[in-house]
Amino acid sequence: MRALTYTSFLGIACLVLEIFNLRKIVVPVVVLALLAILGINFTEWNGSSVSFYNDMLRADNFALAFTGLLIVTAAGLVAMSGSFYDAEETKLADYISVIVFTLCGGIALVSFSNMAMLFIGLEVLSISLYILAGSKRRDIRSNEAAMKYFLMGSFASGILLFGITLVYGATGSFNLVQIGVYASEGNVDPIFTVGVIMILIAMLFKVSAVPFHFWAPDVYEGSPTLTTAMMATLSKVAAMAAFYRLFSVSFVNNFSGFAWILSVVAALTMLVGNLTALNQDSFKRMLAFSGVAHAGYMLLAIMSLYQNSANALFFYTVAYTFASLGAFAIGISVMKRRKSEKIEAFNGLGKSNPFQAVALTIFMLSMAGIPPLAGFFAKYYVFFEAIKTQHLAVVIVAVITSAISVYYYFKLILAMWTRDSEEGEAAAGGAISYVAIAAICLVVTLALGVLPSLVPSISQMAGR
Amino acid sequence: MTLLNIFADPHISINHYIAVSAMLFTIGVFGVLFRRNAITIFMCIELMLNSVNLLLVAFSTYHHDNSGQVFVFFIMAVAAAEVAVGLAILVTIFRNLHTIDIDELKNLKN
Repeated sequence: MRALTYTSFLGIACLVLEIFNLRKIVVPVVVLALLAILGINFTEWNGSSVSFYNDMLRADNFALAFTGLLIVTAAGLVAMSGSFYDAEETKLADYISVIVFTLCGGIALVSFSNMAMLFIGLEVLSISLYILAGSKRRDIRSNEAAMKYFLMGSFASGILLFGITLVYGATGSFNLVQIGVYASEGNVDPIFTVGVIMILIAMLFKVSAVPFHFWAPDVYEGSPTLTTAMMATLSKVAAMAAFYRLFSVSFVNNFSGFAWILSVVAALTMLVGNLTALNQDSFKRMLAFSGVAHAGYMLLAIMSLYQNSANALFFYTVAYTFASLGAFAIGISVMKRRKSEKIEAFNGLGKSNPFQAVALTIFMLSMAGIPPLAGFFAKYYVFFEAIKTQHLAVVIVAVITSAISVYYYFKLILAMWTRDSEEGEAAAGGAISYVAIAAICLVVTLALGVLPSLVPSISQMAGR
Repeated sequence: MTLLNIFADPHISINHYIAVSAMLFTIGVFGVLFRRNAITIFMCIELMLNSVNLLLVAFSTYHHDNSGQVFVFFIMAVAAAEVAVGLAILVTIFRNLHTIDIDELKNLKN
């Protein structure tokens, strides 16, 4: 788990670069350093699941695979931040260091093996995101998004902490494996069950599943778009992986009692997310609701806890991350040029900038799950795991809602290809970094669609 | 021994601590849900966290295990960082809106 140590130092190094007035090189330095950390991360691959710091963290394949995904996402976000924050160059190093600290929180979240690290990771991730959500100080919408995110986030942390405390009261330990041992003995204390339900509620809050999703659209809409991209990819993936890790190690033995709660939540999340996305006219709000719906599909993998469902979840998060990172890269570039966040801003993109329009079309099709793109196999694996564990009814809901989702993805695609832009502007390409990130995401989305076996198997599971 | 018959118990047991903490936590939750002043909401969130601290220390003594008390320090440190960021957000809102009533925050609804 050297990745976590090095990433923390990298965040501090950013601030030091700012002191020495090396602001110009901070973006390339951080991107290269993150790629180096990615390499170091995978040298531990297939190791013997070593535990670190008195069993606070555990570097098994599950942790390493998700760490790799988060590092790549963060590198993409940092690469885009150079041109995204071009109007506030003096604060660039601060923003980048906060992005790197968010990554630290994410890494702690996917590799914890002690409740303390779950809490610290979640808080480091959330506090950094509160700062980034409110980073447009003079924009009241950004203030409002930060405030809503802060209130909802700290409320959820309070519930999570009470849950952790009750579980500690019943088991006498914060260690995931020891909690799992207690739970497998049967005859659990009622406060243990209450604690698990409170932890469940807090995690559903963090991944924006349906009864607790109401904050997501507002926060996504008000935050600066790069931060929205970060919430939709990095933070959602980290929270989902933490959710899976927690339940697969600690609560798997008495899981059948919670599986039906999760199946109802997953079905509702997919329905509400996809149906509300239908009549959104803002690009960011539409992606926010689509993100809520995708959280529902990912919950299917958590619901069917199985040896293989970790693989299904990882594949889904990879496909989803690259599709939405690419969509946001193009979205930021277009919305910045047209100064509007409406879907109409994408009118005529097919003529003025064919590459961006093709890429965005493919990202949307991948999110809708059209073969032969990565999103199709992602959905296929997740549905397959759910069917294997007899959750047929939820899978039927999932299939119907993904058919519905095609409608609103096509709304954007039709706007790009069939409508003409009212302003007859020159086809400015946007900054090179957006196009480069979109191209990389495009290659990954297409490659995983043709060869889904490229994603490594992570079946060596946490602590078992 | 359930939560309900603790009132019949003359000695202070772990269940009394659970009851007090649960009450404090509930007061905090209702404060967050029903108060409209942002500062009051922050205080209610602190109340939730402090009820957790109380319960952790009680459980820590009950199990003769120090890790619960260490966890309390984690919570205190993180809560301080969290409230620092929260107050900073509140200051920016007050500069823009001249109020800290969270009902005034409705620029993001369709």
